[in-house]
Amino acid sequence: MARPRPGQLPTLDRRSVLKVLLAGAGIAAVPGLAACGSGSSGAESKTVTFGSNYSDPVPRNALKAVLDGFKTDGLTVTANTKDHNTFQQQINNYLQGHPDDVYSWFAGYRMRYFASKGLALDISDTWTSLGDSFSAAQKEASTGSDGKQYFVPFYSYPWALFYSKSTWAKYGYQPPKTFDELITLGNKMKADGLTALAVGQADGWPQLGTFDQLNLRTNGYDFHMSLMAGKEDWKGAKVKAVFDNWKRMLPLYQDNALGRKWEDAAQGVLAGKAGMMVIGSQQIGQQFAQKLDDLDFCAFPTIDPQWGTDTVEAPIDGFMMSKKAVNVDGGKKLLTYLASAPAQLTYLKSDPTSIAASSKVDEGTYNALQKKCVQFVSEAKHITQFLDRDTDPGFASDAMTNGINKFLGDPNSVDSVLSGLAEQAKSIFTG
Amino acid sequence: MTLAEQLDAGTGTTRPPRRRARRKSTALSLPDRIVLLLMVGIPAVVHIALVWVPTIGSIVLSFSEWDGIGGLSDIKWIGTKNYVDVFTAYPRFWPAVAHNLIWLVFLIVIPTAFGLLMAVLLDRKMRFSSIYQSILYLPVVLSLALVGFIWQLMYEPDKGLVNNLIGQVGHINWLGDSSINLYAVLVAAAWRHTGYVMLLFLAGLKALDPALKEAASLDGANSWQTFWRVTFPVLKPINIIVLVVTVIEALRAYDIVFIINRGRNGLELLSILITDNIIGESSRIGYGSAIAVVLLVISLGFIITYLVQVFRKEERS
Repeated sequence: MARPRPGQLPTLDRRSVLKVLLAGAGIAAVPGLAACGSGSSGAESKTVTFGSNYSDPVPRNALKAVLDGFKTDGLTVTANTKDHNTFQQQINNYLQGHPDDVYSWFAGYRMRYFASKGLALDISDTWTSLGDSFSAAQKEASTGSDGKQYFVPFYSYPWALFYSKSTWAKYGYQPPKTFDELITLGNKMKADGLTALAVGQADGWPQLGTFDQLNLRTNGYDFHMSLMAGKEDWKGAKVKAVFDNWKRMLPLYQDNALGRKWEDAAQGVLAGKAGMMVIGSQQIGQQFAQKLDDLDFCAFPTIDPQWGTDTVEAPIDGFMMSKKAVNVDGGKKLLTYLASAPAQLTYLKSDPTSIAASSKVDEGTYNALQKKCVQFVSEAKHITQFLDRDTDPGFASDAMTNGINKFLGDPNSVDSVLSGLAEQAKSIFTG
Repeated sequence: MTLAEQLDAGTGTTRPPRRRARRKSTALSLPDRIVLLLMVGIPAVVHIALVWVPTIGSIVLSFSEWDGIGGLSDIKWIGTKNYVDVFTAYPRFWPAVAHNLIWLVFLIVIPTAFGLLMAVLLDRKMRFSSIYQSILYLPVVLSLALVGFIWQLMYEPDKGLVNNLIGQVGHINWLGDSSINLYAVLVAAAWRHTGYVMLLFLAGLKALDPALKEAASLDGANSWQTFWRVTFPVLKPINIIVLVVTVIEALRAYDIVFIINRGRNGLELLSILITDNIIGESSRIGYGSAIAVVLLVISLGFIITYLVQVFRKEERS
């Protein structure tokens, strides 16, 4: 007698289930593939992509005005704006991933680093037509180790001793010429009930600027740049002298410096509660905003007469092209536009706290602060970019930031701080 | 037909063994094996790819010097130099280890004790018990990044709740002073961890047999004695879970200090050093990987201890 096969049906069911699963997987894969396909082939030659770290409201709006003014060959600029600090931290991954055609960045060591790594596009041919707009110093700051240009300067802003004009007039203060005069002035400010030096180190970078000022005045430009390149001993007598001078300034510091944001410190200067602040014109200028007329500055005073005040720290912000740029021709046209006087003046109209990089800008449109900045920078024998742009990013963000925080928190730990910096410098620079 | 009967009987006796053999051979058919293989294999592949490959990759990279730019051919192998430098030439390393240990001890002692206390109190049949449980548990649903943000506001020197409550407006910078900010942050972390511990202990207490307490009462034990001699020993399995959870929290602490000041100025933790070196501007992949391996070794110490206990317990049962 023929019997039914009880095992056959379950087996068939399992196979059917597997087939359905596999088919489903296949269907699920289709949209992804389609998306990938359309993504890679869809870029238009009429669009230039732009990566920006101009994330604060003032610079963001100013830059938007500039990009809106770009009308060349019907090209459109698409801006991708990212938080300033985040952009800086993640730029290595960004440049190796899918970077925009043009992106904002800094001049100096940080630019040369990416150029030498093959992450930036050589724009020497673009510089051929830009050369007469910039000084030799600016061209040098835009040049990689291979002698080619990779950067287009946009604007710069000097670091100095900033103060409120009305506050100083009220108490009869005068710009100090020497370090001793600075100490005397600071003590007078304290006696008058003011905070002498407004300080906000919560973000880690502001006091790097104070180190720069002290080192440039104590040891001069050549030693400073050699130190930034990792060629000097951080435990040496010269660096120790910088921190000894710094110790003399510390009694003038605002309370809770390590926990305060620089914006709050600058607000103290604006409100007439703090006497002065070592900061960049762009930073404190944006805090003064509508009261920019009240903002004034003087050079950080002389410490060693041998150097006087011959060096000015004036970071240059500008733009570079990615090695992986999709629209190279459009990107170069955008860079040419950004290097022009009209573009830079458009920016500075919305953010009048910096000075244009182009020498073709009509300075008659500048406010008093900008005119003083121009003179200040033009009289400088040397220009530096700021510690975290003049040296290895790891050394700046990890070693220096934390070392200076340690020193500010416990000035008597200076010997161990300098030993730590020396060892980290050796580890980082001789890698 | 006697011959026919004999023949039938013969064939009958030989068939059953064959049938049984066939059934055994078809117990796992090919489709069954494939399904089983997929069900076990896919999770195993995912686990290997997402856990073991990164771990081994990190260990390998810790012997290299690499800035993350370019391909694998740009990696330079430098032996144990990263470890030597981390241990001897990195001022942030030993403070970070100390801070992680302080974090661990603090979480084990304060929030755990407080959570246990809350659990015991709320386990009684009292009015509004559910409301109190909800209130104490609420911080657990917040991410530590959000907790960091909330407590930044509370600790603000000029306008913060804490300084205003104690009449020290503008004077104490809880988060900016490196001699006290670690403890200020630990209070914030405890605020969240206490609720979690309380919940775990409440679950354990729910499972406690009321008869045990009654027996103790009949023997004349007071509340204190009942707790230490009856309740607490019975909660031993929960204690182990709480300990494991606490160790995990202490070793992986990151978001709360990163939100506050990016892990600087007295708030260094090993996790911060790892990301500063690998993800941050430094791009010192090898160096950061070495620190990651150190954290892995510390974690393994706790993990192995826990697993040994668990296996020992299973052997007994």
